[in-house]
Amino acid sequence: MPELTFLQAISRGMWEEMEADKSVFLMGEDIGRYGGAFKVTEGFLDRFGPERVLETPLAEEGFVGAAIGAAYVGMRPVVEFQFIDFIACAFDMIANFACTSRYRWGQGVPVTFRGPWGGATKAGPFHSRNIEMWFAHTPGIKVVAPSTPSDAKGLIKACIRDNDPCLFLEHKALYRRIKEEVPDNSPPIPIGKAKVVREGGDLTMISYGYMMHRCLEALGQMKDVSVELIDLRTIYPLDRAAIVESVKKTSKVMVVHEDTRTGGVAGEIAAIVNEEAFEYLDGPVVRVTAPDAPVPSAPSMEEVFLPSVADIVQATRKLANY
Amino acid sequence: MKGDAPPRAVQLEMYYYLRLTRALDERAQVLYKQGKVVGGLFSSLGQEAISIGSAFALEKGDYVGPMIRNSGTVLARGHTARDVMSNYLAKATSPTGGKDNSQHFGDIERTGVISCISMLGTLVPVMTGMALGARMKGEKRVAMTYVGDGASSTGDFYEGLNFAAVQRLPVVVIIENNGYAYSTPTSKQSLLRNLADKSKAFGIPGYAGDGNDVLEVHSITKRCVEDAREGKGPQLIEFKTLRMRGHATHDDASYYPPGLLDEWMKKDPIARFEKKLKPTKEEKAAVEERLKTTVDDAVDFAEKSPPPPGENALQGVFEDDSIIQFTPWWKRDA
Repeated sequence: MPELTFLQAISRGMWEEMEADKSVFLMGEDIGRYGGAFKVTEGFLDRFGPERVLETPLAEEGFVGAAIGAAYVGMRPVVEFQFIDFIACAFDMIANFACTSRYRWGQGVPVTFRGPWGGATKAGPFHSRNIEMWFAHTPGIKVVAPSTPSDAKGLIKACIRDNDPCLFLEHKALYRRIKEEVPDNSPPIPIGKAKVVREGGDLTMISYGYMMHRCLEALGQMKDVSVELIDLRTIYPLDRAAIVESVKKTSKVMVVHEDTRTGGVAGEIAAIVNEEAFEYLDGPVVRVTAPDAPVPSAPSMEEVFLPSVADIVQATRKLANY
Repeated sequence: MKGDAPPRAVQLEMYYYLRLTRALDERAQVLYKQGKVVGGLFSSLGQEAISIGSAFALEKGDYVGPMIRNSGTVLARGHTARDVMSNYLAKATSPTGGKDNSQHFGDIERTGVISCISMLGTLVPVMTGMALGARMKGEKRVAMTYVGDGASSTGDFYEGLNFAAVQRLPVVVIIENNGYAYSTPTSKQSLLRNLADKSKAFGIPGYAGDGNDVLEVHSITKRCVEDAREGKGPQLIEFKTLRMRGHATHDDASYYPPGLLDEWMKKDPIARFEKKLKPTKEEKAAVEERLKTTVDDAVDFAEKSPPPPGENALQGVFEDDSIIQFTPWWKRDA
């Protein structure tokens, strides 16, 4: 079984889908000979040719529109944003055109939007953003954010096969940082299903993406607290059942994300828990998040901006002792 | 850049569709005043020749993305008068089942018509993608769409046409220059006298023509459609016309300079075409009869159709409806 980095797992997932289905093709900037800014599509041009590894002008709104059109005639485009921050340039085409299409006139838009996402790489305000809730708040698109190579491979496959628009978020701090054995021709992993990574009884800790790894690190420092750790894997649709089931068991819950605080998914989880498991709660629903600020460039500031392992430990202890 | 005029039988069909477009428009104005139209009503009065002339230049299997004033295009491409009327009234029987209104509908399989959205210019990249997808499947389909003078200022117009040009895709974009984007005159959109000159930015051919002459519209568009299909890449056409009503029914166009409407009234595309075509008494009577039956039936159908069930609001966001369908806490039994 091959050992794959997070990046290789995504790449491998796309490769297998392109081998299996001729309607799957890639679009984006610099994805051909250069292999993409992060080399996710390295080798694809030689195998699949320039028609299926389509290099685009520097115009996100334009090539997203073209992806929608191609999807209308039966293709399954996978669109790379060089950094996911640039999806803002295509917001109209995604939010107004793609996300309303099935609802308006019954035309599904099977397009996967993907790209490097998130902070912790000293990349500053325009190459570090967490854009997941812009789209979680836009009905008509699924938002997926894996934290392990095997989930990344299974979920990119599920996105490509899905008949609705999917946004697949690849945390770039994970690209070459983690490795895992992932079998060839592995099946897709269902979108919308969270994963209980570790069972526990004192409290539920919910996270996704790169922060999952900080949560695991924090748990390594707290052998005396029994924490149930849940990886959301999908931000929309949220796995409400998994969240509620765990909270009913532990009676306490905290959410950790590097996205900013106001309107972050932690707030939505707090609301779900409030409605669905109010009587079970023995403490406040706690949020460990970034503040409502752009992502700063200087490492000293980014360190303060992002939730740290120490922050997670402190929040966990306070909630456990509540 | 003119080809042969189509045979008389085709011209008579064009005449019928020009008249049908206007007749439906006029009936819709009445329904609007009766409070029956859902949303705004955007008249195509005076601009019918562009829709009809260009739609008749396409082949079966081609794709077209109409704007809100192109009801003539969707009719000529095979949508029914019932489709148009029931969508204005947002009825259950309408092509969108009441989800969207106005001229926002289509049917890729049956008519090749793509539903537009209110953000203008968006169809230029989308039609480019349809041409791209068709080419990948080995099909020789042309994708045509329209923008107004206003939407020719959008980034989407530039990004879409540029991508189409780089990829040499069979895309035809028609700038329907009707003088005003809502109340803004074209002089505030662009310094160019001919918006067709924007083609130079993409390295593609650009043509300008009289938008109130249906045969000129047809011949220029047909040549462009043929060139696009033969692999000569995207084509840009500007047709000049005037919107003979306000932006929508609520707008009295009081910002038009005095005399402008009178001047353009003389160029009415239907009257002009009728003079050229000279339909016989019998031909005209047949058209009148067909119009009356079709329009009355469409209005009757739309008015008698039920509104869509409210619960349909929760359907069709995703392929899997269960994603958004669940009972909120306050609706459950205690």
